[in-house]
Amino acid sequence: MWKWLHPYAKAERAYQLCNTLLPYFAVITVVCLAVGWIWGLAYAPADYQQKDSYRIIFIHVPSAILSMGAYSSMAIAAIIALVWQIRNAELAVISIAPVGAAMTAIALITGAAWGKPMWGAWWVWDARLTSELILLFLYFGVLSLYHAFEDKKSAGRAACILAVVGVINLPIIHFSVEWWNTLHQGATITKFDTSAIDPSMLWPLLINIAAFAGFVGVVTLIRLKNEILQCEKHRPWVRELIGRGE
Amino acid sequence: MQFESLSEFLAMGGYGFYVWLSFGSCSVILLAIFLSSLRDSKKLRNEVRAQMRREERIKKAKQQEQV
Repeated sequence: MWKWLHPYAKAERAYQLCNTLLPYFAVITVVCLAVGWIWGLAYAPADYQQKDSYRIIFIHVPSAILSMGAYSSMAIAAIIALVWQIRNAELAVISIAPVGAAMTAIALITGAAWGKPMWGAWWVWDARLTSELILLFLYFGVLSLYHAFEDKKSAGRAACILAVVGVINLPIIHFSVEWWNTLHQGATITKFDTSAIDPSMLWPLLINIAAFAGFVGVVTLIRLKNEILQCEKHRPWVRELIGRGE
Repeated sequence: MQFESLSEFLAMGGYGFYVWLSFGSCSVILLAIFLSSLRDSKKLRNEVRAQMRREERIKKAKQQEQV
């Protein structure tokens, strides 16, 4: 059943798959980012309470969602790397981590810039904000663990274990606004029963989420290609590829 | 269009500083990680090319020694 997947454990096939996927992700990113930002900044109506300051939502929510989405994919890759000893999965973990950290940093910075005018403070030690900050440290932890070992085999294993253990933080971030009394507002999109957001704002938000997802894809693929080449740089297929000028 | 003029657009109803701070820092971070990934890729390729040339030179030198 899973036989079609096996060839992708080979570095060369995985590299080719990255090349095939890259243009699709690139197109999604460019189109959605342009449409999403222009729509969100200039065409979406102002909020009745927060006026134009709410426009930060169009980058804050996508980056926050992707910070957790990237972590989930990183953890899945880490489990695959640990259980089946597939090195490409390990490389994927290391490729996703910096992008995920960037998403988390964007979520925190845009959150601070939104919190100042709305709450009167750049930062509060609120459950949502604190757990998101821990997510950033988890990304840093995975990356520094990987780079702390000379032997890349133990480095990969250590980084993967931390990535898997850190998954516990994801439900904490998601439910923090329900479990604790937080300053941060509750979920906007994930409660469909009583639509908390008007379609005129929801559509540009969804497009921006697609743009950020595409961006995470693009950068992860570029970085994964780099990691694969780095590992395989003495192999003939890499020599041939680079000799061809690719 | 929600705004009458460019200056109104930039002012964002008085929240201009916070909105543009967010979008600005977001752009900087996205660009930085994208460009650094591309630069890594270029660096790696140059390294491999240099290594290939080095091996080529060594091979040639050995052949000349034998002659």
